[in-house]
Amino acid sequence: MSASVHSGLLPGAAARRRRRGDAAFRLVAGAAALLVLAVLGLAALSMLLGGLPAFQRFGLHFFLGTEWDPVTKRFTALVPVYGTLVTAVIAMLIAVPVSFGIAVFLNEVAPAWMRAPVGAAIELLAGVPSIIYGMWGLFVFVPFMSDYVDPWLDATLGQLPAIGVLFSGPPLGIGMLTAGIILAIMVIPFISSVMRDVFALVPPPLRESAFALGATRWEVVRQVVLPYTRSAVVGGIFLGLGRALGETMAVTFVLGNAHEFSLSLLAPGNSIAAAIANEFTEADSAIYRQSLIALGFVLFVVTFIVLAVAKLMLLRLARRAGGRP
Amino acid sequence: MPMSQTVTPSSSGLVVPPAGQAEDAVHIAIRNLEFFYGGNRALKSITVDMLRRQVTALIGPSGCGKSTLLRVLNRMYDLYPNQRATGEVLMDGENIIAPGLDLNQLRSRIGMVFQKPTPFPMSIGDNIAFGVKLHEKLSRSALDERIEWSLTRAALWDEVKDRLGGSAMGLSGGQQQRLCIARTIATRPEVILLDEPTSALDPISTLKIEELIDELKHEFTIAIVTHNMQQAGRCADRVALFYLGELVEVGTATQMFTAPREKRTQEYITGRFG
Amino acid sequence: MSASRALHRRRHVVNVIGLGLATLATLFGLIWLVWILGTTLYNGVSAISPHLFTQMTPPPGDSGGLLNAIVGSAIIIALGIVLGAPVGVMAGTFLAEYAHGRAFAEIVRFLNDILLSAPSIIIGLFVYTLAVRPVGHFSGWAGGVALAVVLLPVVVRTSDETMRLVPSALREAALALGAPKWRMVAQVIWPAARTGIVTGILLGIARISGETAPLLFTALNNQYWTANPANPMANIPVVIFQFALSPYDQWHQLAWAGALLMTVVVLVLSVGARAALRRRS
Repeated sequence: MSASVHSGLLPGAAARRRRRGDAAFRLVAGAAALLVLAVLGLAALSMLLGGLPAFQRFGLHFFLGTEWDPVTKRFTALVPVYGTLVTAVIAMLIAVPVSFGIAVFLNEVAPAWMRAPVGAAIELLAGVPSIIYGMWGLFVFVPFMSDYVDPWLDATLGQLPAIGVLFSGPPLGIGMLTAGIILAIMVIPFISSVMRDVFALVPPPLRESAFALGATRWEVVRQVVLPYTRSAVVGGIFLGLGRALGETMAVTFVLGNAHEFSLSLLAPGNSIAAAIANEFTEADSAIYRQSLIALGFVLFVVTFIVLAVAKLMLLRLARRAGGRP
Repeated sequence: MPMSQTVTPSSSGLVVPPAGQAEDAVHIAIRNLEFFYGGNRALKSITVDMLRRQVTALIGPSGCGKSTLLRVLNRMYDLYPNQRATGEVLMDGENIIAPGLDLNQLRSRIGMVFQKPTPFPMSIGDNIAFGVKLHEKLSRSALDERIEWSLTRAALWDEVKDRLGGSAMGLSGGQQQRLCIARTIATRPEVILLDEPTSALDPISTLKIEELIDELKHEFTIAIVTHNMQQAGRCADRVALFYLGELVEVGTATQMFTAPREKRTQEYITGRFG
Repeated sequence: MSASRALHRRRHVVNVIGLGLATLATLFGLIWLVWILGTTLYNGVSAISPHLFTQMTPPPGDSGGLLNAIVGSAIIIALGIVLGAPVGVMAGTFLAEYAHGRAFAEIVRFLNDILLSAPSIIIGLFVYTLAVRPVGHFSGWAGGVALAVVLLPVVVRTSDETMRLVPSALREAALALGAPKWRMVAQVIWPAARTGIVTGILLGIARISGETAPLLFTALNNQYWTANPANPMANIPVVIFQFALSPYDQWHQLAWAGALLMTVVVLVLSVGARAALRRRS
């Protein structure tokens, strides 16, 4: 009784308790948010420290050499770095135009009833676990490549001067071209869904203005929609690039885990992620393991930069259109 | 445009009237036009004429169908599923809401300016060139001439002649709207549709646009949607009042504002409803 | 006039070609989907048998099931959810309710989105140095931690976004009644954003159910039965990885069966969660 009277007059125990409850809740929530930062920071730090001995031992040569020899314990990164970049470039060459086409189809061509189901089907590609891509690649796509595509490429493009070296070699089916194609399929849903979303952000009067001048749909897309969304489209492409650079399971199955440098896209190769996935548990010396962690650190830095650029480009359009994409 | 004495089919397949001699005063004749958003009838049996080289103001409370009518004239509704029009819209005798018509050609003959300025994300010069290049293959110098001509007609040339390569997004709202008008007339249409072109502008920019409309009517047939009664009085030769999808009354501006025939017209222009 | 006619025809042709190519691109995307899902379904269904759920993973060249891997996966995923989801929801709550408009919140959102797309093999390596090296052996716990790190950004993002969609009138109404802020959050905001938060967690579960790379150096694998996360644990993705790359036909069969199980779980979860999210917005 008297307590309730007092709480009206003084900022008593109840109010203090309430403030303490609020502070505790806020602290827990803030700590959780901080943990997100901590995870990224610790991941970077642990990999930097873990890989440091390899950087120190091999110096700049780590990035320029092609040896990878557990017996002599010399590890250098050019082959997996090259493979990572080349497979990602192949993936982008295929995925960017296809994703653009899909976004245009879903926003401009498809009749209304078709848009939701087809859009959902494309998004389904993003839901398929990456190891399924890898297995399918190994058991279905690799034989397909070695039976049909590789021999054909070798006989046609492979005979050309200069670029011929990219497409010649025995038709094994595995290799950077196969990995690049599978990566393309994996990132298409990511890029196309970003493009589709940002195309929808173009203000209808702007599109209508172009139509009102007599432009065709294709002209409206190329000359108005694309320029208006350019930064976000680039952001979407970089998002896909970030995924392609770091994808592991899909490429590990089909790259061939080779450590010999080869220019041919049809020859077995390697990538940073595939090398780590294949060899980390079997690394039998400290420097072997450290070299793989150093590779991981390189991959981390590269994907971080690519994804940060992607995010910044996406934010640019979002600011102009007034909302998060 | 061909200047023959007889009726000749133009490149569009549309019929171009014989110029010079007794040109029909009626440019667009709308007959029993009905418009549907899905199952919702937005225009009810509209019959009205738009006279050549005159300004017709479409007025009425919001949702009355005046903007819808504008979007029928350049077939903008074709962009959206579930929107359809029936009846006839005869431009120099040809029904422009008939199926199978080449919309790109039609829209090059009927320009439109929107409520908010819609500069494309490109340079000022490219904004003008955009529409021109769609329909004509011009040499660089002829294109430059056209850009200057249209910007001059839109009373914008002096303000932007030194920065044609600069982004159109950097212009003020009033300048952007005049750019959109210049972009529209650069394709040399016959008809210009203006959908509340000054509703997003300040009074000074509004005045400039109104003066511009007065100039342009010597060359173009103009339809303007406005919610501003004074604007309709200042700019229009003829005024049509819409209410709930129906045409209430159409007449000369003077007649509509001084001696309306319909009670509803009188009520609307004196501000008793809408 | 004929020049303009030619120009016009060319524009029309370009339009038809451009839109036609767009249609072909969509078909191109759909073909892979059908091909990949069709292969998985065909090989998976023919490899499904009751033994799958009653027998352990076999030694090379023998027949068996996936029981230990299924149970192991379930335990590791559950660990991932228990460790990751509460942290994610709390972090999302902080972003939406406590740090609104502050630079700190923008930085966390930015980095969280990067974590969302970061290569999962990196997360595996990170958790290896965090939870495997110090202990000296692989474990189910380490696998759970790795999956929690993958789950975390998904939950942070969706819970942040759905909580920010709650109308501020609700907040004001709760605070006007004299409720302390944490009660306002727990009793008004969370219930109001419940569907979004739950679907976010479901999306996260779908994501971690399909992850392989983070488990390679954390949970590893185990040929035998164990329900103790302190040991290395068998799990579906790593079993698929090892079995698919082996030369044994029985192992390939089991890999396909595991692939089908995994795909069905992941797609059902993600399609369901996406549909729920879409219906709400």
